[in-house]
Amino acid sequence: MAIIEVEGLWKIFGGNPERARTLAKEGKSKAEVKAETDSVIAVNDANFGVREQEIFVVMGLSGSGKSTLLRCVNRLIEPTFGAVKVHGEEVTAFDEDRLRELRRTKMSMVFQNFGLFPHRTVMGNVEYGLEVAGMDRGQRREKAQQSLELVGLDGYGDSQTSELSGGMQQRVGLARALVNDPEILLMDEAFSALDPLIRADMQNELLELQEQWDPACTILFITHDLDEALKMGDRIAIMKDGGIAQIGTPTEILTEPADEYVRSFVENVDRTKIVPARTVMRDLRDDETVPADGPSVSPHTPIAELLPTLLDADGPLAVRDSDGPLRGVVSQEAVMKEVVENADGARRREARAGRTEEEPETAVA
Amino acid sequence: MRLDLGDAFAALIEWLENNFEPLLDAITIAIGATIEGLEQALLFLPSWVMILLFTLLAWWVASRGVAAFSLIGFTLLENVEFTLFGLDVAFGMGLWELTMQTLALIVTSTLLSLLIGIPIGIWAAKNDVVDTVTRPILDFMQTMPAFVYLIPAVVLFSLGEVPGVIATFIFATPPCVRLTNLGIRQVSEEAVEAAQSFGSTPRQLLFKVELPMALPTILAGINQTVLLALSMVVIAALIGAGGLGEPVVEGIQQLRIGIGFEGGLAIVILAIFLDRVTQAIGEKAGTTTQAATG
Repeated sequence: MAIIEVEGLWKIFGGNPERARTLAKEGKSKAEVKAETDSVIAVNDANFGVREQEIFVVMGLSGSGKSTLLRCVNRLIEPTFGAVKVHGEEVTAFDEDRLRELRRTKMSMVFQNFGLFPHRTVMGNVEYGLEVAGMDRGQRREKAQQSLELVGLDGYGDSQTSELSGGMQQRVGLARALVNDPEILLMDEAFSALDPLIRADMQNELLELQEQWDPACTILFITHDLDEALKMGDRIAIMKDGGIAQIGTPTEILTEPADEYVRSFVENVDRTKIVPARTVMRDLRDDETVPADGPSVSPHTPIAELLPTLLDADGPLAVRDSDGPLRGVVSQEAVMKEVVENADGARRREARAGRTEEEPETAVA
Repeated sequence: MRLDLGDAFAALIEWLENNFEPLLDAITIAIGATIEGLEQALLFLPSWVMILLFTLLAWWVASRGVAAFSLIGFTLLENVEFTLFGLDVAFGMGLWELTMQTLALIVTSTLLSLLIGIPIGIWAAKNDVVDTVTRPILDFMQTMPAFVYLIPAVVLFSLGEVPGVIATFIFATPPCVRLTNLGIRQVSEEAVEAAQSFGSTPRQLLFKVELPMALPTILAGINQTVLLALSMVVIAALIGAGGLGEPVVEGIQQLRIGIGFEGGLAIVILAIFLDRVTQAIGEKAGTTTQAATG
C-alpha cells in the first residue's frame, strides 16, 4: 500500500498560477508559459505513490523541479495545486499544529549541504528534533546516542560539527533525521556533496541500514546522478521540466525507456555495473541447494562484480543479506542474459554513432 | 501657500509635549533612575578596585595586551599620589567620577538601543515590508547631524542626562537594527529548513537556530552602537548630560587647551577599552558559530 501519495501536484512560482496551469495543460512549454504569464512552473502535475518500506528515487537534472517536489511533500514549500497524502491523510490540508506533529514524529529530512547547526555540538544537532518536541533531556540524550551509534559516530557527541569531514557531517545529518524513528525519510541530494568514495560508502551503509531496520523506513530519495538512482532505487521516477517522464524499477527504466529523453539518459549506462544482484535474483527451487558456508553476495552487488564468484560457484550463487539470511539465488543463465542485453545495447549505440559520423560523406557522394 | 517643514516639525514636537506628558514623564523617571543607579553602582567601590575589575574583565574576554592597556589607561584617569623614597609623586587626570558618569550614560543608552533595536531588527529580517520601511528611517537617524537631536530632546525631556540618553539612543541604534536584520537574513537557508523540517515552532526557530547563528553579526552591531554612543558624549554634554564631555566643552568655551585635551584623551581610553572588549566577545561567539557555516 502506498504510504505517500502525490496527486496532481503543481508548484508554480509568481505570475498567474491558474492561467499558467491551463496553458501548461494545453501543451505549452515552460518557456512559453513563462513568457505569457510570468509564472515559473517548478512542478508540473506530479502523480505517484511511494510504497511502504521502499526506496523511491526521484531523478532529474538541476532545474527539473525534483527538490521543489520533495519540499512539497513535507510542505517546506507550499504546493500551488494538488494534494500530498500520508497514510491516506491529506498533509496539504493540515494546519500548522498537525503539520508540526507530522514533522516531529513521522517524517524527517536529510539535506544536500547537511544543514547542520554550527552553534551546537554533534549531540546538540542530533537531539534537536526531540528537543523541539519537548522530550526531557535524559531521554533525548539516550535516543541521540543510539542514533549516533547507528551511523557509526559513537564517541563524537561532544565534537563541534566543524571539526568533522564532509562524510561525517552527513552522518550527523542522517543521525539527526533518524533520531525520532521516522516512518519516512526525505533525502535531498543527500550524498551529492561527498567525495565519490565516501558517497559509495554512504550509499551502501544506507542500503544496509534500511534492511536492518524493522520496520524499515520508507525513503524518498532525490538525486541528479543516474548511477546513484539505479543503485539505490526500488523504483525510480525520472523528472523533466517539472513533470515526471517515467516511473519504474531500475530494470524497467533501463530496458523500456518511456521516451527519447529517458532513452538518452540511460543509453550510455553499462548496465552490468549498475543492475544489482537482486534484480536478476530468483527464489531457490526445491531441487536446488546452496551450501550454508559457500560463496555468497549481497543483494546490492552489481552483476559485473559478482561474475568471478559466480564462475567459481557450482550452480546458482547464494544472495544473502549482510546478517546471513538467504534472499535468493542468481543463476548463470540470468546473468548471461543480462550481459548479452547490455552488449546488444552497446552495439546498437555504436551503430547509431557510426551512422551519424558517416552522414556527411554520404552527402558529398 | 507655503509649506514650512521646520515649522511642521516644531508643531509636531509641541503636540507631543502637550499630549503625552505622562508618558514622557514616565520615560524620564525610568531612564533617570537607571542611569542614577548605574552611576552609584560604578562609584560604589573604590576606584582601584574598579580598575582591577576592568583589567580582569579585559584579560578574561580579550587578551593580556588589552588588560595591560586597561590597567594603565584607567589608572591615568584617576588621581594617583604616593611617596617613593621620600619623594611625593602625583599623576593622573582626576577624571574618574566623570568617566563613570559617561560609562553609566553609555550603558543606559546602549541597553535602550538593544531593547528596541534588536526586536525591530528581527521584525525587519522576517518581513520585507518592515525592512523597506525601516531602511530610510535608519539612514535618516544616522545621517542627521547629531546636534539636531538635542533641541527636541531638551523640549521633551528638559536638561540633564535623560535627554542626553535619548539623543544618544536615536543616533546609536541604527547599526544594532541593521546588523540584527543582516545576521538573521544570513543564516543559511538549509539550517532554517532543517529546523522547520524537524517541527520547530517559529519561536523555537528564532531562539534555537536563527539568533544563535546570527549572534556574531549582532554583536558586531552592538560594538558599533557602543562606539557611536561614545561619540555622542561631548555633544550630550552641551545639554548638561555631564560626564567626560564636560571638560571638553569647558575647554572649548574657555580656550583651555589642557582641560580639553585631558577630556578627549579620557574618551579615547574608554573607547578603546569598550571597543576591544565588545569585539572580543563577538569573536568568541564567532569561533563557535561561524567556523562551520562555510
